[in-house]
Order: sequence, then structure tokens, then C-alpha cells
Amino acid sequence: MHTFPYLVVLLCIPLFGAGLVGLVGLRAPQAARVLALAATALELVFAVALLVAFKTHVGTFQFESTHTWMAPLGISFSLGVDGISLFLVLLTALIVPIVILGTSVGEKATGYLAWLLLLQGASVASFVSLDLMLFFFAFELTLVPSYFLIVKYGHERRAYAATKFFVMTFLGSAFLLVGILVLAFQHQNQTGVLTFSLAALQHTTLSSGLAVWLSLAFLVAFGVKAPIFPLHTWSPTTYREAPEGGSMVLSAILAKLGTYGILRFNLTLFPHASKTLAPLVLTLAAIGVLYGAITASGQHDMKRLIAYSSLAQVGFIILGTFSFSPQGLTGAVTMMVNHGIITAAFFMLIGWIAQRRGSFDTAVLKGLQGPVPVLAGVFTVTMLASIGLPGLNGFVGEFLVLIGTFTTHRWWAVVATTGVVVAAMYLLWNYQQVFHGKADAETETMHDLTTKERLTIAPLLALIVLLGVYPKFMLDRIEPSVHRELAGITAAAPATAIQTHHVTFTSPVGGAR
Amino acid sequence: MNHLIFLIIAFPLLGGVSLIAMSRRVREPLAGWVATAAVGLSFLTTLGVFITLLGSHSGGPSHAVTQHLFDWINVGALHANMDLTVDPLSITMCLFVTGISTLIHLYSIGYMHGEKDFTKFFIYLNLFVASMLILVLGGNMLLTFTGWEGVGVCSYWLVSYYFQKDSAASAGKKAFIYNRVADVGFLLAMFVIFFNEHTLTYSKMTAHMSSLTLTMAVLALLFAAAGKSAQIPLFNWLPDAMEGPTPVSALIHAATMVTAGVYLLCRMHVVVSASPTGQWVICGIGLATAFVAATIATSQSDIKKGLAFSTVSQIGYMVLAVGTGDYVAAMFLMVAHAFFKALLFLGSGSVIHALDGEQEMGRMGGLRKYLPWTYGTFLFGWLAIIGVPPFAGFWAKGSVLDAVFGKSPWLWAGGLFTALLTAYYMSRLFYLTFTGSARFTEQGPNGEAAVAHPHESPWTMRLPLVILAFCSIFGGLLNLPWVHGFGLEAFLSPVFGSSLVVPADSMTKQFLLAGADALVAVLGLTIAWVLWRGRSERPELTPAFLAKVWYWDNFYDTIIGRPATALANFTAEVVDPLVLDGAVDGTAAAVGGLATRLRKVHNGQIRSYGVGIIFGLLVILVSFLVVVG
Repeated sequence: MHTFPYLVVLLCIPLFGAGLVGLVGLRAPQAARVLALAATALELVFAVALLVAFKTHVGTFQFESTHTWMAPLGISFSLGVDGISLFLVLLTALIVPIVILGTSVGEKATGYLAWLLLLQGASVASFVSLDLMLFFFAFELTLVPSYFLIVKYGHERRAYAATKFFVMTFLGSAFLLVGILVLAFQHQNQTGVLTFSLAALQHTTLSSGLAVWLSLAFLVAFGVKAPIFPLHTWSPTTYREAPEGGSMVLSAILAKLGTYGILRFNLTLFPHASKTLAPLVLTLAAIGVLYGAITASGQHDMKRLIAYSSLAQVGFIILGTFSFSPQGLTGAVTMMVNHGIITAAFFMLIGWIAQRRGSFDTAVLKGLQGPVPVLAGVFTVTMLASIGLPGLNGFVGEFLVLIGTFTTHRWWAVVATTGVVVAAMYLLWNYQQVFHGKADAETETMHDLTTKERLTIAPLLALIVLLGVYPKFMLDRIEPSVHRELAGITAAAPATAIQTHHVTFTSPVGGAR
Repeated sequence: MNHLIFLIIAFPLLGGVSLIAMSRRVREPLAGWVATAAVGLSFLTTLGVFITLLGSHSGGPSHAVTQHLFDWINVGALHANMDLTVDPLSITMCLFVTGISTLIHLYSIGYMHGEKDFTKFFIYLNLFVASMLILVLGGNMLLTFTGWEGVGVCSYWLVSYYFQKDSAASAGKKAFIYNRVADVGFLLAMFVIFFNEHTLTYSKMTAHMSSLTLTMAVLALLFAAAGKSAQIPLFNWLPDAMEGPTPVSALIHAATMVTAGVYLLCRMHVVVSASPTGQWVICGIGLATAFVAATIATSQSDIKKGLAFSTVSQIGYMVLAVGTGDYVAAMFLMVAHAFFKALLFLGSGSVIHALDGEQEMGRMGGLRKYLPWTYGTFLFGWLAIIGVPPFAGFWAKGSVLDAVFGKSPWLWAGGLFTALLTAYYMSRLFYLTFTGSARFTEQGPNGEAAVAHPHESPWTMRLPLVILAFCSIFGGLLNLPWVHGFGLEAFLSPVFGSSLVVPADSMTKQFLLAGADALVAVLGLTIAWVLWRGRSERPELTPAFLAKVWYWDNFYDTIIGRPATALANFTAEVVDPLVLDGAVDGTAAAVGGLATRLRKVHNGQIRSYGVGIIFGLLVILVSFLVVVG
């Protein structure tokens, strides 16, 4: 069954599903929900089938398929998956049905469901695109459903949050588009062929200065999305104001488009410039780890707390990516997946708490562990995974990132390691405020997780444990692709100021040597 | 038996997991019995493995046998697998950990009677034992770290067991965070060792590093140990941890978990012994902690806090022994201490149980008459810890002090003085609790309820006391001096090989040293007798400086706690929303009144906004090409 077009199917199910849900929902909102669940369930089945068919210990792209699309413009419909994108596709396939099951936005849910499906399709497309323009389209396409999810179904300040999210990510994307175009034109100048294929553009000769500029343009786009300090300021507001399902998708999946983009495109296209920029990016990542953790410590709102916690976690991912070590990169990919699982669980649990008690505020919530022990237990496990307790999934990536970074960039690793302490501090303090202590009268009557809720969170909880105890299953598939990526970086020609055509250029960081 | 090693961990793990699964149906006392049986089976398995190990010498020069369960984290040169290693060191730990755990589980069935969360308590306790055994049996640093964190989490749960009490919730959090701080040391030690040796597996470590790197590694390990084993500068979480139920204090915060730091240093003997500088620092930290904690213990009024500081002080001795290179002495004291300190804590639990939860020694006294079993067993615990011959503590502390004398007479003098303090504060604690007049029969000055007839504990609580008392009396037999070829030293020395430093003193010197030990024990006992017989208060002997732990908490609060809180609030309320986000909003406003235009966007005019996008892109593209061109 090697010829089975898994990737095309994985794209089509949510995209067509979105359309169908939209149409059916006009007449029968209840049927739309069933349809959406069916579509996402089918998507998950095919994603798992992809995992089964995926060859372990192979570093190259698998299930590659290329179709002519906009030939005159050099844009092709080129798909493929490797160990780095495989688990992000799976994550996307897993989170969306859980979002549909675990969150609700009231009666008029058709739009919500359709946007979620569209978002899923666009995200999968981004993860499996091997053509830069196709990637860009998919990457941009995620913005539309995200915007509407926030602005239509969010909390009080949703309009402000949605606008801010849109403007910041969109401005970032502008840099990306320009970067892609310049790179493609550069390639056309050298070879006479206009193409956006990743494999072809990879071999474009770039002066070190231009490479650094282009690398920065990509970094800004992905850095806003991830987010990397100091481009994160949209995220606390957006995660706070989005509906809980929106926060789950935004932090679990969309944020990974940023970190994935950096790993896939920055490192592949600009290996040497990435090395040049490493001190800068590593520093921002380490600052992100500490700054995110410290700022999280000062939050009173649980959703904002998780937003800042995500900033710190993404800092680890970026750190591992720019460590250029096998452990660091493998850890970064592992962490993308695990952070997705953990943060989705967090936002869903916080949503359930707010549904019952009407608040995200730690000043209002108190003593929950007595009345709702199961919810407290699930929250505890999620929290411990986020703190990085070995045996749970959060630890694997974090440890690999830190040990990998230590072998190549020691002092950044040492600084980031202290972030581990602060993470424990703000999460435990938050837990104590919300769950410990004496419950007030209103909290006493809270009901614990329903059977449906338990079943909804069970897959996330199971993965938190399973991927912590037996990560081999992921690592074996990720590592070969990481080695391929690293081989490209190692082979990157040392920067001599190559003069191509009339391009003269100075490096923005002055480190072209 | 070697393929059954995993069962040592599997039994308590399964016990915990099955209790979680059935927590709605299983109630008191069945949950307690299930948990006790799980740990008991683990003890029996350990015994079986131990006997097999004694019988065969197939494991190479260090007598180690490894069971590979499955691959765990293998990336590049990093190979950290689920490998359990049984060698004389780990099996010694396993034996006393599972043995004492079984007794304390049994005790808890009686002690926790009537608690609302009875089942949950035993879930935590079982998971704790499983984690502790992972820590001990882990064949590489990462697996040890897994157990290390696991015991930390269980400790957090158990300390904040009465979570509705703010003090208990805070104490649990404090314990976790102090341990987390120490974890930075553990992580950095792993990084340094992996970077230099390309392995985290104990049996492959060689310590071929520059002396500076070695010192850094040893200091990082010591920092890790200082957190878990409550040593300076991270010792002050342990007294707060007494908020947990007393069996927890006995099991986790006296006998097992808190000795994990010492175990780690013993396990890493190859690295530790290669760094003389590191060893001196270890000695310094050990002795300083032993002394400081002993001074604090003299002034405590809460029986559990008194015992907690005594634990800190005793672990200081173990760390000191590690620093001298006599790892066997450290292990000997660890085992003996596990016996008598578990006994003392369980005894204090029996007292607290009898007095309806009273922990202030000012409200005790004269309990000898009311609690004969508790009194009789506590008596031996007391004699053992202060080092009266021939009880366990005399031999164990003696072998530590002998090793210290070999390293430096000055250190030895400090250790001996601390032993005097130990004898004094433990005797004070003993007299205040069991002798003199009963101070609990009338209502207290602060409205404490009177207890007319303290009741002796049920058999489930008395039996562990008796067994532990027996161990405290005869524990010295484990490693008698002059009996070579038998006992801990002969058993453990293959593990430590050339790292092990054993003092080779003349007979006369050994007798003199032992005599000095016995003398200070009797001296301290007598001083306490003179001062505290029939008195329950002597403010001049319990100054606030000592009672308040040298103001250590206040110091940390001033230099770290408050500034950190201020910083967090400052970034959360000023830097992030106003400075960074302000810059973003400000830029947006500056770029041609973008903000006003955006307001139209969410009126639904998608088309106009699409035009804007394309226009904006063109501007950026053109300007970029201009710059490039």
C-alpha cells in the first residue's frame, strides 16, 4: 500500500469536511456536530495508518507526491512527510476531535465546527508541504479560521485579541513571503528555473549577508507564531480571550507551525546563516524560558498563566533547535508534540473549571481538591508533566534539549536549566491557590468530571504517561530525520563573502565570518 | 532470581495503581492491607534477590547484575535505558527500604484509622516506595533521577495531605521547590558527566576529567544531595515537612527518601573520590549541617520538629563520612539511623495519637506510665541515637567518627562535640515526653483540651515499634569492627573498590576513640538529666535564634523570596503589558493610524482588508528589493 496517497487524503478529509459541516449545519446543527466528529475521527484513523505505514529508521521524506499546480509560477503541489512532521500531523489529527468533544460554544456551533476543521486541514497542509509557496498558502490559511474562532466565540475582549493576533502574525507572514520570493528569484537568477520546491531552493547559492537577512525574515514570521520572546505579546491576550477550544488549537497546533517552520525551513535553507544567528536566537530562547516563567509567576488568571508557561516551553524548543545537536533537535521535535498534548489538556481543564465556577481567576477559585478530586488529580498529572517530571512526557523533550544544548552551547543550557525551577514554582503556587485550602460554599457544590469528560481527557492523559515511559516509539522515527537535517548544517560551506551578481550586502549581526 | 528484579518495583507500583483504579470501592482498612501486602511482597522478593546475590559471584568484580527492561531515551551518544542494577550497595538499600516500608505501612493502618482520605494515603505511600526503589535500582543517572523526582512528588503529596490546612499546603510546596532547586545540581551533574564521559551509566564511568571539571561535577552532585537530604544550604524544608502525617515523617523524612542524597554520592563514588577538593567541601557541608541542626534541635518545643532537626544532623554525619571516603561508614550509619529514627518517629506518632494530636512537648510529660509499649521501645531508640554502647548508633556513629579522625582531627573534634549536643537534645526530648509530671491532664494556657487517659496504640502500631526496637538494639552487629570478612564492610567493599578509604588505626587508638564516643553520650545524657529533670521550660536554654532555625527562613525570604515576588509582579504588570506590548500597540498606532483602520476590519469588511494585505506586502517586497539591490 505504499502508493496509497495518505497525505492527500489527510488534507482532503478536513477541508471537505469543513465545507460539508458548513452546508449541513445550515439545516441541522446537530447533524453538523456528528459529521464533524466523524470527519475528525476518520482523519485520526488515517493519521494512525500513516504512522503504521511510516518506515522507521529512514531519515528522508516518505509518501512524497508532487502534482503540477501553478506551473507558470513555479508552484507545485508537493507533499511529503518525515520523522519531524509525522508526529505534528498526528498531533493535529488528535487534538481537533478532542476539542470538539471537550468544548462547547452553545447552540450556534456550526461555524465553530467548520472553522475547526478548516484549521485542521490548513495545519496538516502546512506540516506536509514541500513547496514553499504551498506552505505559505497553508500557513496563511490557518489565520482565517483562527481569527473567526476568536472573534466569534471568544470572551469579553475577543475583538481586540483577534485583531492583535491577526495583525501581528500577518505582519510576520509578510516578511516570510518576501523572504520566499527573494530566495526563489535568487534561485531563478542562478539556474533560470522558477521554482518554490524546498529541495531545489536548498541548493541556492547565497551570499552570507543575504542568507542572514532571509533567515531573519523567516525567523520573524515563525517567531511571532511560536512565539519567541519578544514577539509574544499577542499570545497572552489571545489565549485568554479565545474560546477554550480556540486556545487549545492555537497553543497546541498553531504555535507548532512556528517552531516547525524554523526547524524545517530556516535550518534547511539557511544552514550557515542559522549558525551565524545561533547566539542571538539562543539568547532570545533562554530569555524566553526565564522571562516566560517569571511572568507566569505573576499571573492571577489561569489562562494567561498557561500562555506565559507556553512562552517558556517554546523557549526550550527553540533552544534545542539551535543547539545543532542530535539530542537537542530530537528533543525539540519531541517537545513540540508533548507541549501540544500538555497545553491542550491544561486549557480544556481550565475551561471545565470555568464552566462550573465561572472564573479563571486564582483569587476566586479555592479549595477545589475537596469537591472535585478527579479533576484535581488529572490537573495534577498535567501539571507534573509540564514541570518536567521524568516518567511523564514533558521531561523527555526538555531533558534532551538541555543535555544536547549543553554539549554545544554550554552556558545557554545552564541558564535555561534554572528555568526548570521557576516552572515548578508558578505551577505549584497556582495549584495551591486553586485546589488547596478550604472550599467556599459555592465551590462545595461543584460536580466532578462527568464520564464523558473523563473519556475525552483520557487519551491525552494516557499519552502523557505513555510518551514519558516509552518515548522510543517517537524518538526512533524522529532521530533519522534530525540526523539528515544536521548533516545539511554540518556540510554547509563556511561563509566566505560570496558575491553573486550585483548583490552586495552586509550582515545585520556583523558576524558573517 | 535475576530476571525477577523488576518485581521489587512492580509490587508497590501495582499496589498503588490498583488502589487508584479501585479507589471508589476499596475502603478502610482493606486499602491499607493491600498496600502493606504489596510492599511486603517487594521485601520478600528483595530477600530472594539478596540471597541469590550472596550465593553467586557471577556479576564481575563489583558483583553487579543488571536487568534490562526496555530502551528508554536513546538519541545519538546518549543511552539511558530502563536498566535495573542489583549490586551489594543497591540491595542493601532495597532491604532496609522495603523492610521499614512494610513496617510503616502496617503502622499506618492503625495510625490513619478514621481518616477521610484513607485510601489515597496508601496510594501515595505505595507510589513512594516504588519511586524510592527505582531511585535505588536505577542503573544510570537518568533512571535514578526518575526515582529521585518520583519520591519528591510523593513527598509533596504526603506533606500536603491535609491540604485544607494552609500550613500543610505551603509546606508541601516548599519541600517540592527546595528539591527542584537542588535538581538543577543533579541535571548539571548529568550534563557535565555526559559531556565528558559520553555515558550516564554508573558501571561505565571512569572520572577521566580535568580536576576542575571533576570538582564542578562533585559540587553539582553535592548540591543535588543537599536538597534531597536536607543539608546546608537547602535543609530548611525538612522541619516544615513535618506537617505530613507522622508515618510519612518516619518513612520519607527520616528513614528513606532523605538519605537518597547520601546514596547518590555513594553511587557516584568513582567521581567523588577523584576530586580531593570536592571531598573536602563534602566534609565541610556535612559537619556544618550536623552541628547547626544539632544546635537548633536543642531548642525545639515540638517533638516532631526536634526529631526532624535530629535527622538533618544525623544525615550531616553520613555526608561527612562520604567526604572522608569511608562509604561503608556512611551506609552503616544510614541503615542504623533508618532503624532508630523510624522507631523514634513512630514512637512520637504513638504519643501524638495518644494525646489526640498534641505535638508540643510542653503538653506532654510522665507518659511512661500511660504508654508502656511506646515508652519501652522509644527508650532503645533514644539510647541508640545518642551512641550508648552497645546499641546500633554507638557502632555506626563510631565508625563515622573513626573515619573522620583519619581525615582530620579537627573535623573529628567538631563531630564529637556535635555528638555531645546530640546526646543532650535527644535526652531532653526523651525526659520532656516520658518522665516528670503529666502536663496534659489539665486544660492548657492556650486553650488546649485536657486529655484524661492517654490510650496505648493498637497492635498494628505496636508491632513495628517492637521490631524496630529490636533492630536498634542489635543493629550494630551488621558491621562490628574487628570482625573482618563478615558484615557490611566485606559485603560492600567490592562496589567501592579502590575508592574506599577505611581507617587503619591501632587497637589502642580505636579503643580510645570508642571510649570518647561513649563518654560524650553519657555526658550529654547526664547534663540533660540535671537541667531538664522535672522542668518543662528553660527559656534561657532555648534562645529564639536557635528555636527559629538561625533565622534561615527569614534570610532566604529577604534575599530571594521578596525580591523574586516583586520581580514577577513587575514583569507581569509592567514590563510585559506596558513596555513590550505597549511597544507593539504603539508601533501599530504610529503606522498611519493603523488602529483606526483595524476597527473597520472586524465590522466585516474583509475585502478592504484583503486589499490592505496585498498593498502592504507590495510595500515590504519593494522596499526589500531596494535594499537588496
